[in-house]
Amino acid sequence: MLEIKNLHSVIEGNEILKGIDLKVNKGEIHAIMGPNGSGKSTLASVLAGKDIFEITEGEIIYEGKNLMEMDPEERAKEGIFLGFQYPVEIPGVSMINFLKTALNEQRKHKGLEPIKSSDFLKMVREKKDLVQIDSNLTNRSVNEGFSGGEKKRNEIFQMAMLNPRLSILDETDSGLDIDALRVVAHGVNTLRSDDNATIIITHYQRLLNYIIPDRVHVLYDGKIVKSGDKNLAIELEEKGYEWLAQEVAAK
Amino acid sequence: MGTDTKLDLKDRYTDFFYENLEHLKNGLPEYINDKREAAIQSFQEKGFPHKKVEKYKYTDMNPAFEKQYRTYIQPKKIDFNLDDIFKCDVPELDTHVVLLLNGWFYENKTPQKQLPNGVIISSFREAANKYPDLIDAHYNGYADTENESLTALNTAFAQDGVFLYVPKGKVMDKPVQIINLLMDEEDGLSQHRNLFVMEESSEAQVIVCDHTLSGNNFLTNSVTEVFVGQNAHLHFNRVQNEHNGSTQISNIYLNQERDSNVSANTITLHGGLVRNNFFMRLNGENCENQTLGLYLADRSQHVDNYVHMDHAYPNSRSNQLFKGVLDDISTGAFNGRILVRQDAQKTEAYQSNNNILLTNDAKMNSKPQLEIYADDVSCSHGGTSGQLNEDAMFYLRSRGLPHKEAQLLLMYAFAHEVIGEIKIEPLKERIHELVEKRLRGELSRCNYCEMHCGEPGKN
Repeated sequence: MLEIKNLHSVIEGNEILKGIDLKVNKGEIHAIMGPNGSGKSTLASVLAGKDIFEITEGEIIYEGKNLMEMDPEERAKEGIFLGFQYPVEIPGVSMINFLKTALNEQRKHKGLEPIKSSDFLKMVREKKDLVQIDSNLTNRSVNEGFSGGEKKRNEIFQMAMLNPRLSILDETDSGLDIDALRVVAHGVNTLRSDDNATIIITHYQRLLNYIIPDRVHVLYDGKIVKSGDKNLAIELEEKGYEWLAQEVAAK
Repeated sequence: MGTDTKLDLKDRYTDFFYENLEHLKNGLPEYINDKREAAIQSFQEKGFPHKKVEKYKYTDMNPAFEKQYRTYIQPKKIDFNLDDIFKCDVPELDTHVVLLLNGWFYENKTPQKQLPNGVIISSFREAANKYPDLIDAHYNGYADTENESLTALNTAFAQDGVFLYVPKGKVMDKPVQIINLLMDEEDGLSQHRNLFVMEESSEAQVIVCDHTLSGNNFLTNSVTEVFVGQNAHLHFNRVQNEHNGSTQISNIYLNQERDSNVSANTITLHGGLVRNNFFMRLNGENCENQTLGLYLADRSQHVDNYVHMDHAYPNSRSNQLFKGVLDDISTGAFNGRILVRQDAQKTEAYQSNNNILLTNDAKMNSKPQLEIYADDVSCSHGGTSGQLNEDAMFYLRSRGLPHKEAQLLLMYAFAHEVIGEIKIEPLKERIHELVEKRLRGELSRCNYCEMHCGEPGKN
């Protein structure tokens, strides 16, 4: 589904990603872990198409297409979803209208008619239940006045509404209490299928108690320095990132 | 108007004044007329504001007055019924409608002068004769003819406009809607004069709509004086939608007594050159004033808002919020002045001016001025001029919204902060719709006017 080859990315003259290789197949969940500043969020942003990052080398192939030639909105329509680490508050933009517009843009791309209002509202109710959002979103602006936990649940809610093929969740767990964490994990697990894939970017192992990854990768100083199964995450939690830093230095 | 261009510009207007003085006085009482000559002298001393005058640093008024206009010193005779060609098309907006045609009160087919509660809505000219005591107590009491030459010019020429009176304790059943229409076969200058008197504990909502119905170049220099009595509430809304060949100068002098509450929203959709002057005097304790503006400019439009918020007594609150979206080579200016006098302790006065510049050629000049003589106050000002928020753009696009849609949604949201303050629901909805169309570039002023006269300034 996704293949990243030797990806280098630069922002304002600083190289953040220094040769990433990663392959994600349909049906898989990958976790990317790493200390702060290792390039995790940059990787997420690059995949979603944020243009402040310049790609200097390498390629990203998604479903056989060159992802780097696509605008963020094209990527979204092709089924890529980024769950933001810091969801942006947009006062004045109605959450519901925004979501409906987004959904209809994706439907248009697939050659479908705009969704009927009644179907849309039914879907909103269902998906809200999934992530236990009980507030009335109709009168709220995008993320405005949402608590930290609500913002993250709102990301998973949007993911559920848009039903992406490849979801990239950027530190969705950070700042969440254990109940919210369970809710988010439940959402992700429910949406999991043989046809889609998920990349979970996280600093901590905790979320991976609830979402079991197929592969775990450690990103360090712009490179994936180690990959393994779910046990790698546990090992990291025990030994800390210094352990890896030493191992990398020893090479 | 004389055509001798060798004369100094201000002399042209002063000479015209003296040539027509008897005519100007005709039909109006002495207490109105005896202010004219002092006013024209004050105007003659100062002349038209130009860029060396601090308050007009970004807007030179001379070019607009240099053009030749027919000056409406008598009502234009029209041989059809205005109601047949102009209808306000805001659905479900139920108001007391009054029309001014080229600055003159236009008698509707259905005059609504008989209002419950002793409320008066009428021609200023008529009221000046009918209610001399009431009007004399306020007329020219708030307008500054000494320092503001354009206000002086208006005072010299004023003949008609709208008079609104809400007696003590009365609450108006529905909003008053004043529609300013400009229509002629030649270019024209209108200088109407409005007076609103709201007595103690009264309540009113006012909507002012400015329209041009023919493609000529129009110049308006209007003065509106407003007295808001103790504990009275006024909700004032204005929609400026003249074509881009027009120049509009609007001078509002508002005097608030203690415990009163005023909210004023001015939405500028179209107009070649627009200069709005708001002189707000909080003349008592515990006043609340909210002065808001939204301007959407493109092509070579120029929109300049000037606010003077005068806190004269303690414990009052004021808030100025002006927001603009500037496209193409349009320019804007905002000058917000907060004056807190020595006695006005515990004043809270805030001001902000935010702008989105859609092109590199659009320009905004924003100048806050805080003049504070009291020591226990809370005042702030802030301003931004820039592009749309990149993070918000990316967020929206990452969900599949095309660049243009995302941009529109954000501009619309930006504008919402001002529109959301309109308390008259049908008007709010309509403004929302107009602003959205305007931002999409779909609203030419003409597409909801039946005249289809073309917009000279747009080509």
